[in-house]
Amino acid sequence: MKNRGIAGFLALVVIIAFGVYTALSGFSAGGINIAPLGNQVKQGLDLKGGVYVVYEAQTDAKGEELKKIIDQTIEVFRRRIDTLGLTEPVIVKEGEKRIRIELPGVKNANDALEMIGKTAQLKFALQDGTVIVTGKNVKKSEVVIDQQSKEPLVALEFDAEGAKAFADATEQLAPTQSPIFIVLDNEVISSPVVNEKIPNGQATITGNFTVESASELANLIRAGALPVDFKEIQTSTITATLGENALKMSLLGAKVGIAILIVYMMAFYKLPGLVAAVALAAYGLIVGYSFVGMNATLTLPGIAALILSMGMAVDANVIIFERIKEEIGKGKSLRVAIDAGFSRAMTTIIDSNVTTFIAGVVLYNFGTGPIKGFAVMLMLGIVASMFTAVVVSKLLLKTLANAGFLKNNKLFGA
Amino acid sequence: MKIIEKKKIWFGASAAFIVAGLIAALLFGFNYGIDFTGGTVMEMNLHKNVSIAEIKEMSKEIDSNITINKLGADKTVVQLKTIKDMDSQKINGFFETFKAKYNLEDTDLLKAEQIGPSVGNEIKNKAMLAVFVSTIFMLIYISFRFELSYGVAAIVSLVHDVLFMLAFYALFRIPLNSTFIAAILTVVGYSINDTIVVFDRIRENIGNYKKSEYATLANDSIKQTLIRTMNTSLTTIVTISALYIFGVDAIKEFTLPLIAGIMVGTYSSIFIASPVWVSFKQKQKFS
Repeated sequence: MKNRGIAGFLALVVIIAFGVYTALSGFSAGGINIAPLGNQVKQGLDLKGGVYVVYEAQTDAKGEELKKIIDQTIEVFRRRIDTLGLTEPVIVKEGEKRIRIELPGVKNANDALEMIGKTAQLKFALQDGTVIVTGKNVKKSEVVIDQQSKEPLVALEFDAEGAKAFADATEQLAPTQSPIFIVLDNEVISSPVVNEKIPNGQATITGNFTVESASELANLIRAGALPVDFKEIQTSTITATLGENALKMSLLGAKVGIAILIVYMMAFYKLPGLVAAVALAAYGLIVGYSFVGMNATLTLPGIAALILSMGMAVDANVIIFERIKEEIGKGKSLRVAIDAGFSRAMTTIIDSNVTTFIAGVVLYNFGTGPIKGFAVMLMLGIVASMFTAVVVSKLLLKTLANAGFLKNNKLFGA
Repeated sequence: MKIIEKKKIWFGASAAFIVAGLIAALLFGFNYGIDFTGGTVMEMNLHKNVSIAEIKEMSKEIDSNITINKLGADKTVVQLKTIKDMDSQKINGFFETFKAKYNLEDTDLLKAEQIGPSVGNEIKNKAMLAVFVSTIFMLIYISFRFELSYGVAAIVSLVHDVLFMLAFYALFRIPLNSTFIAAILTVVGYSINDTIVVFDRIRENIGNYKKSEYATLANDSIKQTLIRTMNTSLTTIVTISALYIFGVDAIKEFTLPLIAGIMVGTYSSIFIASPVWVSFKQKQKFS
């Protein structure tokens, strides 16, 4: 019984120690490669440096119409950002009529934003590059199903000026069955062959379209002219040097803080203090890997939330140890005291953590950007701290007590 | 320990600090960050210590009331803050003049942030709503798990903490920006956490005391949880202080109010929440 207790304790400690080692330095053996946790965490712009911008559509459109405008614009932005060849750009809708773009690692905000924010260039051109009409002449571009062939096709409608230019061009092209090139941002997106003169500004593009491919083309043509103006309402540029330094110093601060904390806990609570340190390591592993698993982004407020929830993880242990000490003080045997201490501490821990968790949920729902990051970390931290205090600390303390290690109550700081 | 009996001292001390903060806020206003007012903030590394007057002269076209701060150990980084809404093109044009004058690289524009005025208002309103909504939900939870008297006392101490934080930000001129919301909710969460631990003990002990002895009940419960309270506050404050000492300016701005807030959260759970609960219980006719 004794030996099994010690073996169990050591096994758990070894597993957690191995986990910490893997998280810090990575692991590579027998074809398994695990990168250090630090390399897997996605860093926010405040840590990594980069640019973000929020555009707002200057329109009174509402509901479906607004949604269409925003979706279409996101599509245009995405195409342009793709040509910049960045890693992990983020383009998301924020609220009803805003689009948030995050470009990690971009150094010159102005160049990037000019590229993204410029009005899209859509051209219908001849083979030699002569422009027939541009995006501003396109009134309508949509998918329709042909009544006879039941095939999807793209129907276009030009304004008066466009219709005239289009009629002239198609008259020239039709006899030789020459193509018209539809060019978006210098990339040919379609080159339909002209079969006949199109006099009234109403053209259709047919081909082997599926509904998806037809609507993609229709969207792209529509996107040629941004449907409404977009205004920069929020921008931020942070250089990588500032960000890197922030991360380095924050990590140093965190390491020093944790070291002092562990020393203090071991000085005050002796052996249970060591248990708290191991539980804290387990807490760090759970938070770290869940965070990576959720593909969440770490920001400076996130680091602060991490430290804070760590404080709560330590608090849970302190509450438990104090209760156990009280029970020992009442003359109970160590094993009984541990059980009683845990069950009495439980209601306190649950009530205090749930109330803080409520604040986390509210923050998550009302916050944007970095505040959301803070809330995610806080909630994750609270769940992890409850788990480690209740499961890991309890398991460790009980195996220690079973092993007869804790015969001496002094080792409990009591 | 006679904490409950001396409640006038505690309430008075808190009120004095809060009133001082509110007077400061009325006289000088809060140091609102651009998150709340809208505007533009730029930080550039000029690689030498340039006089404020010189920078002011260069910036007067943008805003003659521009706020200028020098950052970094050797004061070579200038931070410019204006309530003018400058888009990235304007920021770039402005930076070009500095670039030419001080021979800078593109990367010397360390940070440029711009927030439109409507967004600023939105962030401010959402912040107030967040504090309000979380308070309501916490009150509901505590009233459900304990009883209404505990919930009310907890909320009184929570309002105390929020007012303290506002006073602290006003007195120390700390920028009020969106991390302020995170700081205030963290403090509120932490303080509630502390208060619950004391209340939990009062709830547990309440059967052993008569109603006339509720002051003693509260004093004893505080005493029984005191070591836990001290250890938890100490360990949390130590870790945050380490972050404060090593952190960059943005981290310092965030951690300083957190340190003060966690201390005051600990204080309020003992010296505000418990006396309020006792007063509340003693006024109840039937229970």
